[in-house]
Amino acid sequence: MIEQSVLEEVLGVAMRTGGEFAEVFAEDRRNASAVLDDGRVEELTSGRDRGAGIRVVVGDTTGFAHTADLTEAGLIAAAEAAAAAARGGGGGTNVVALDRRSASRGYDIETYPGNVPKARKVELLGRANDAARAVGGAISQVSVSYGDNRRHILVANSDGLFVEDDTVRTFFAVSCVATGDAGMQTGRESVGHTIGFEMFDMYDVDQLARNAADRALTKLAARPAPSGQMPVVIGSGGGGVLFHEACGHGLEADLVAKGASVFRGRVGQQVASKGVTVVDDGTMEREWGNIAVDDEGNPAQRNVLIEDGVLTDYMWDHLRARKEGRRSSGNGRRQSYQNLPMVRMTNTYLLAGEEDPESIIASTPKGVYVKHLGGGQVNTATGDFVFGMTEAYLIEDGKITEPLREGNLIGNGPEVLQRIDALGNDFAMGPPGTCGKDGQGVPVGDGVPTLRVSSLTIGGTAA
Amino acid sequence: MSFEPPDQESADLLALAQSVAAKANASEQVEAFVERSSYTTVRAHGGEVESFTSAVSAGIGIRVVSDHRQGFAWARTLEADAIADALAEARDNAPFAEPDEWVGLAEPDGIAPVPFDAFDPSVASMPASQKIDLALELEQMVRDGDPRITGVRVATFSDSSSRFAVATSTGIAGAGRGAWCSMSALALAEDGDETYTGGGSTVGFRPEDLDLAEAADDAVLRATRLFGAKPVPSQRVTIILEPRMAATIASLLGSTLTGERVLKGRSPFGDRIGEAIASPMLTLVDDPTDHRSYAADMFDGEGLACRRNQLVVDGVLQGFLYDSASGRRAGRPSTGSAVRGVSSTPAVGCQALAVAPGAGSFDSLLADIDTGVYLQTMTGLHSGVNLVSGDISVGIEGLMVRNGQLAEPVREVTIASTLQRMLLDIVAIGADVEWLPGGTGCPTMVIADLSLGGS
Repeated sequence: MIEQSVLEEVLGVAMRTGGEFAEVFAEDRRNASAVLDDGRVEELTSGRDRGAGIRVVVGDTTGFAHTADLTEAGLIAAAEAAAAAARGGGGGTNVVALDRRSASRGYDIETYPGNVPKARKVELLGRANDAARAVGGAISQVSVSYGDNRRHILVANSDGLFVEDDTVRTFFAVSCVATGDAGMQTGRESVGHTIGFEMFDMYDVDQLARNAADRALTKLAARPAPSGQMPVVIGSGGGGVLFHEACGHGLEADLVAKGASVFRGRVGQQVASKGVTVVDDGTMEREWGNIAVDDEGNPAQRNVLIEDGVLTDYMWDHLRARKEGRRSSGNGRRQSYQNLPMVRMTNTYLLAGEEDPESIIASTPKGVYVKHLGGGQVNTATGDFVFGMTEAYLIEDGKITEPLREGNLIGNGPEVLQRIDALGNDFAMGPPGTCGKDGQGVPVGDGVPTLRVSSLTIGGTAA
Repeated sequence: MSFEPPDQESADLLALAQSVAAKANASEQVEAFVERSSYTTVRAHGGEVESFTSAVSAGIGIRVVSDHRQGFAWARTLEADAIADALAEARDNAPFAEPDEWVGLAEPDGIAPVPFDAFDPSVASMPASQKIDLALELEQMVRDGDPRITGVRVATFSDSSSRFAVATSTGIAGAGRGAWCSMSALALAEDGDETYTGGGSTVGFRPEDLDLAEAADDAVLRATRLFGAKPVPSQRVTIILEPRMAATIASLLGSTLTGERVLKGRSPFGDRIGEAIASPMLTLVDDPTDHRSYAADMFDGEGLACRRNQLVVDGVLQGFLYDSASGRRAGRPSTGSAVRGVSSTPAVGCQALAVAPGAGSFDSLLADIDTGVYLQTMTGLHSGVNLVSGDISVGIEGLMVRNGQLAEPVREVTIASTLQRMLLDIVAIGADVEWLPGGTGCPTMVIADLSLGGS
């Protein structure tokens, strides 16, 4: 994307006013998407985003500038702007010699979506629409979306690091509305992987569409969810968003350092029930949160955050790790070249236990079974978090009975982790997610086995 | 109709958009939407500048319509080769869409835009040192606000100056500019083993509009009044929503009233025109021509004049919002309600919602509540609100209201209802309209009979 000699020159300019660290992050991203709604392929969209962000660090201050101009002159102007914003006491010229490394993710993209004819992508939309509508007359509306992107990044910094990576992601989602006597309900199914068009060898588009339609139809008969505390069983692969919110964000080192995490100072302590092991793993092949290197050029890692209930480590980016005199854990990510990186999750999941999932439900006299979770949100300072249930049922006398309307559940991270009293042997990853933090969204994955929390507060309307 | 862009940079952008639109061949329509903005963000932490970001960004979105099929492409640069590529891609995309007789670009409708220009060049010309001083000053004010304040997660100063233009081969030409600056702080307060956060913000069209003291006081008050908060038992409650919270409910309602949702059968109010959908106290308009709104504008995303649209009057649903395509399908004119960015096609959306003032202050409405909850924060709006079914369930923090006064703090509880019920359960609307950073104007609201899920 940019010549090595130009990068060295630009980094030298960035360091000239006394910078302690400088970095060029360049990105060339192509997006393609297609949408079918209301029975009709509405439009195809193509997008192109290309540019570079340059940061210069002096002490605790980071200067940052970005530009869409990747010529030497454009990059030098951005480097000067970033350096001016973070001016050190020193000065003089810094010579930067880059050492080129390769990024590896352990598997190859089989079919680049950019090489797939647009007509083939459009055909998937029509198939899903037909399959969803074929489920039944109560299905009153269907929308289908397809998306792919190819993101080429380059990172070069004043420590001599120089690495490039090429990431391909493919996404597909179906959303249905069902209309009944008591109003409308919705159902959704989405899949996304860090692979190419071969994703459609893994999934039957018709089946994805039927899943979405079935969820909407099921909820037509749903009753209001309960209001108040009771045991909650989360289904395998239904969404690790529970752990993403209950402890994931609170284990991001930038929030910990600012005193904004309830998990501050708790490394080495028992923070969860025995048997609970939580991992953040950017190396997980083909998953939505997979990265070969993070957006600071550090290789992705498998980081164990909680092991058998004991807090083992936080997640780190370059700046926070540098301050603590340790290595980054490969969690420095950013939405685009227009943003500064910060500590972010990749694929966050809870390891399987040994129990039979059927027996977990059977041993729950009264509670709620959440088969699919929606999004969530956490206040890391208090640890209080919410997450939505998009498909849930009552558990009565150890059996799954009536479907429930949508709602949020609320709990406190440190308390909920201690209340996990059953772990199934049926781990699965959940649907692709977008994690938002300080206005930046990045793709993340999550996964859980069937599990039970002995008490969570359900935000329904029934007494 | 003649229209003069407000300055040379806007005129240059309009000329660029028109030059792209002029490339339409005889069998197609072409629209170009062009935007260029400069911004800075200063983040202060611990008495130091944590980061200083400055940048200029620009982009173009191109729609091509031929045979009632629409294709779209965008690029975040205004370099000539990228624009040519985007036009070619949009053209290439169009034939893959299925035809729809209503698809097409906006046509000039003879409605003149209401002149508006709140652009203050002093926003862009403000020296970097002054921005840094403001961010550091706000952080210090928050730290000094209460002995229990242990830090500020971040205090920010942001400014943005932007210009846009839209032009079509059907004769649309619009351009505008805007500038604003804003500041916010997120305070951390500690007492014993409890930590709470509280946010405050201030926004203005000019740097001198910023009220640092108000933002700091707000952040400090919110971070320090929740100590000892715990869940309360599940019960039916009345809630009191200060303007910023009430605006959230108004925005949810507004989102269900777009022609796009109605025509596609996704609005719970789609067949309710002329009916009472809310308490007679509620009157809601979407009016970007109201210059008190921070979202005030002359043109919508398709280049049509913005206008005042009545949505709900005395509780009765009046109508829906349309862009040109959804309007054609509904047999109605566009309401000038196309919203968009560079990387998306226009969609129908609310621009500057305003709830008409009722009677009374926050304190007087509070005094009328026997038992209730004052909501300080709502979480999980994206996961707990379904605008098709109308189901609403959110996590909250706040204070109980007892005998007309704010009482003990509460956290880790939910409140739930449906949007349909909440609108009918509005029992009071205050006179205290506040114009919020997002552009919505809203007074205090009191809503009865929600389910609180707690201990």
